[in-house]
Amino acid sequence: MTDAPETYSAKEEVGQVRARRTRWERAKIELRKAPLTAWFGMVVIACYVFVAVFAPWLAPYGEADSSFGAYLPWGDGHVFGTDQIGRDIFSRMIYGARNTMGIAFVTTILAFLIGGGLGLVAAISRGWTDQIISRAVDVLMAIPSLIFALMLLSIFGSSIPSLIFIIAVLDSTRVFRLTRAVAMNVVVMEYVEAARLRGEGLGWVMRREILPNIMPPLVAEFGLRFCFVFLTIAALSFLGVGIQPPTADWGSMVRDNASLIQFAQYDLKAGITPLLPAAAIALLTIAVNFVVDWFLMKTSGLRDEV
Amino acid sequence: MGEDLLLEMKDVVIDGWSDEKWHPIIKGVSLTLKRGEVLGLIGESGAGKSTLGLAAMGFGRPGIRLTSGEIWFDGRDLMKVSEAERQALRGSRIAYVAQSAAAAFNPAHRLIDQTVEASLRHGIKSEREAIEDAKRLYAAMDLPHPETIGFRYPHQVSGGQLQRAMTAMAMSARPDLIIFDEPTTALDVTTQVNVLAAMREAVDKFDTAAIYITHDLAVVAQMADRIKVLRYGEEVEEAETQEMLSHPKHPYTKSLWAVRSIEKPARTSDDHILSIENVTAAYGTVPVLHDVSIRVPRGRTVAVVGESGSGKSTTARVVTGLLPPTEGRVMFNGTALPPELKARTKDQLQKIQMIYQMADTAMNPRHTVRDIIGRPLEFYMGLRGRAKDRRVAELLDLIELDDSFMDRLPGELSGGQKQRICIARALAAEPELIICDEVTSALDQVVQEGILKLLLRLQAELGVSYIFITHDIATVEAIADEIVVMWQGKVVEQGLKDEILSPPFPEYTELLLSSVPTMDPGWLSGAVEARRSLDVAKEAGEA
Repeated sequence: MTDAPETYSAKEEVGQVRARRTRWERAKIELRKAPLTAWFGMVVIACYVFVAVFAPWLAPYGEADSSFGAYLPWGDGHVFGTDQIGRDIFSRMIYGARNTMGIAFVTTILAFLIGGGLGLVAAISRGWTDQIISRAVDVLMAIPSLIFALMLLSIFGSSIPSLIFIIAVLDSTRVFRLTRAVAMNVVVMEYVEAARLRGEGLGWVMRREILPNIMPPLVAEFGLRFCFVFLTIAALSFLGVGIQPPTADWGSMVRDNASLIQFAQYDLKAGITPLLPAAAIALLTIAVNFVVDWFLMKTSGLRDEV
Repeated sequence: MGEDLLLEMKDVVIDGWSDEKWHPIIKGVSLTLKRGEVLGLIGESGAGKSTLGLAAMGFGRPGIRLTSGEIWFDGRDLMKVSEAERQALRGSRIAYVAQSAAAAFNPAHRLIDQTVEASLRHGIKSEREAIEDAKRLYAAMDLPHPETIGFRYPHQVSGGQLQRAMTAMAMSARPDLIIFDEPTTALDVTTQVNVLAAMREAVDKFDTAAIYITHDLAVVAQMADRIKVLRYGEEVEEAETQEMLSHPKHPYTKSLWAVRSIEKPARTSDDHILSIENVTAAYGTVPVLHDVSIRVPRGRTVAVVGESGSGKSTTARVVTGLLPPTEGRVMFNGTALPPELKARTKDQLQKIQMIYQMADTAMNPRHTVRDIIGRPLEFYMGLRGRAKDRRVAELLDLIELDDSFMDRLPGELSGGQKQRICIARALAAEPELIICDEVTSALDQVVQEGILKLLLRLQAELGVSYIFITHDIATVEAIADEIVVMWQGKVVEQGLKDEILSPPFPEYTELLLSSVPTMDPGWLSGAVEARRSLDVAKEAGEA
C-alpha cells in the first residue's frame, strides 16, 4: 500500500464496498450461525403457528362439539380423552392455540401501538407532554396489573374486545417506558435536530428518523411482551374472567379439568390431562424466549462466552 | 540490547478482526525507545497509531491479535511472557493516558483513589505514601489546590484538569514508559497549552520515556525528541524532531506539512445577508450570550472563534431557531426571523442550512446516501423518483464523489466522505447561508484541507455565505473573510481577517492566538512564558 496515491482524492478514501447483500442472503447467513436453542425455538413457534392457522382442518372434532361422554379416558378416538361436558380435549387444544395465540398477538400489537407511539411522542416533545404521559404511566404501573385487570374486566364484562383492550393498555406501560428510554438516546442525535431544522413534522421524525434506530430492542421486547400477555390471558381465563366458553382456550381448559389431577393415583393419564394446556403454554413461552435471547445477542453484541 | 534501551519492537504485525476475516492493521513496524526519551507517533486516523501504542504494553483491544514480531520491554519479550506477568508490568512500569480523560475516570470514585490505585495494587507504596505522592504529582501537574483537588469527583473538575490528573495517575507508580494517546485532542487550545507544558515538565522531571500519539504535528513538535510517521500500518519515515520538521523526506510527510497552505484574500461586502442584533440568550436561567451582534456579508465567510463555552454554538442555535433569544433579533435578508423554529416558514428554513462537527451523528445510520441527500430535495422542491435521483447524482458530483455512493449507508463511508455527504445535504436545499459548526475539527489534516477547498470552491461557484464556527486559527486563516472573536458569551471583536490577525490584539485574542501550537519545537516554552506574563483569568474560570 506504499504506492497509494499521493494526491488526495475523496472518492478513493474508502475504496470498494462489497455489493450489499440482500435481506434474504443476510437472513440465510444469520440462520446458519444460529445456535441450537434458537433453532428449537423457531421450530416450536412455527409448529404452533401452523396448528393455529390450520386448526379447523387439523382438529378431529369441532371446538364446542359436546356430543361425547364426559371424562372419557385417553384413546378410543379421543387422543387425550374428553372434558367435563364431553368435548374432545385434543381438538380443544388445537383450537386453543388459535384463540389464545391470536388474542395475545393482537393484544401485544395494540400494546406496542399505544405504548410505542406515546413513548416516541414523549421522547421527542419532552417538557410537559412527557411529564403528563410519564406520570400517568407511573400511576398505572403502581397498581398491581392482574388485580387491576380483574377489576376492569368485572366492570366492563369479559368480552374478547374488552379483554384485548384492557390488557393492551396495562401492558403498554412497559412498552412506553422502554420506547421512551431508547428513543431518548436517539432524539439527542444531530440527525434528529437536522430533521427538525429542515421543518419535518412529528410523524416523519418518529417513523423515519427514530424508529429504524430503536427497532432491535423493540423487537426483542415484542417477543417477551407476547409471552407475558399470553400468560396474563391464560391466568385471567383460569380465574374465569378471560376468554369465555365455549371458545376454547388453554387457561380455562386447565381450570375446567383441574379436578382431574386428583385421579392421578388411579389413572396417571387422567392426572396429566389438565397439565397438557399448561405444558403448551410453557413450551411456547420457552420457545419465544430462546428466539429473543438469540436475537438480542445478535443485535446488541451481548455474548455469553466472553 | 543496549544498556539504556527500554523498549524495542521488531517487525510487529497486528491483525484486526472484521468482516469475518483477519486484516493486517500494523504491517511490520519496528521501533526503539531509550530511557527518558519521547517518541512521537503521528499519522491520520486508521494509520494504526493507537494499536501500535497499546501493543507496546503487550495489549491488544478485543478483536485484535498480535500476530508476529517481538516486543522487548526492559529485557523481556512481552509477546512471550504470561498474561499475569504482562499485567504486573501495566500500571507499574508502563502506563497509559487516554484521549478522553472524562471517559477513562470512573465517575463514582474520587480522583485520588483512582490516582493511587495502580501503586497500591502493585504494592509499590503504602496508602499514605501514595496519597502524599499524588498530591506532589498534582502540584507538578500545575493543578490548582493540589492538597485537596484529589478529593473531588471527576465531574467536579474541568476537562483540562482531568487530563492532567490522568497524567498524574499514570505517573503515580513512576513507570518507565508512558503511552500518551492523543491526550490533548479533546481540549481547547488555551487549555491544551497548560496540559502540554505540565506533561512535558513531568516527563522531564522523572526521566520517563514516552510514546506520544497524535495527529497534530505542531503538538508532537513540542513533545517529542524523535518523530515516527505511520500510514496504512506502515512506517513512512522516522527522524529527530528538528530534522523531521525542517527536511521531511517522504512525499506523504511533506504533504502533511503543506496542509495549511490554502491562502485566501479577505474580501467583504456591505450587503449583509444576516445580522444578529444585540442578542441575549440563556439556557433556562443560565445566561449564555450577552448582547451579541454579528453581521454576515453576502457570499462571504465569517469565522466565529473562541474556546468551548464561549457561546459560538449557542449563537448558531439562536440563528437556526433552536434557542429563541430572550432579547435582540436575527435579521435575514432584511426581515426579522421569527425567534421560534416552529414559527418559521419552510422557505426561511430552506435558506439557512447547518453542517455539524460530527458527521457520524449528523446522519441517520439507517438511511442511505440517496435518502439523506434526497430528502431535502423531496421536502423543499418536491422532486421525486428519477428527477430526484438525477439531482442527487449531480450533488454527489459537486462534492467530488460519484453515484456509486448512492446506496451506501453512513457506516460504509470514511470520515471525510461523511462530512462531504453532510455538505451535499445542506447544498441540496439550495441555501443562501450555511452554518458550519466545527466541520473540520474531527478530521485528519489531509482530509480537512480537502473539505476546506471544497467549501471555498462551492462559495465561489454558488455564492453561498458561511458562518464558520471553529477554535482552530489555522482553519480560520484558510477560509475566513471576517473573524468574530467570542469569549464567555460576548463578542470580543469583529473585523476583517487581516485586521484581527495582526496586532494590536485585545487581551483575549492575544491569548487565543498565542495558544495555537506552531511547528517550532521551542514554541511551548515561549508560549508558557508569554502566558505567565499575560496573567489571564483563565485558570480562575476553570477552577
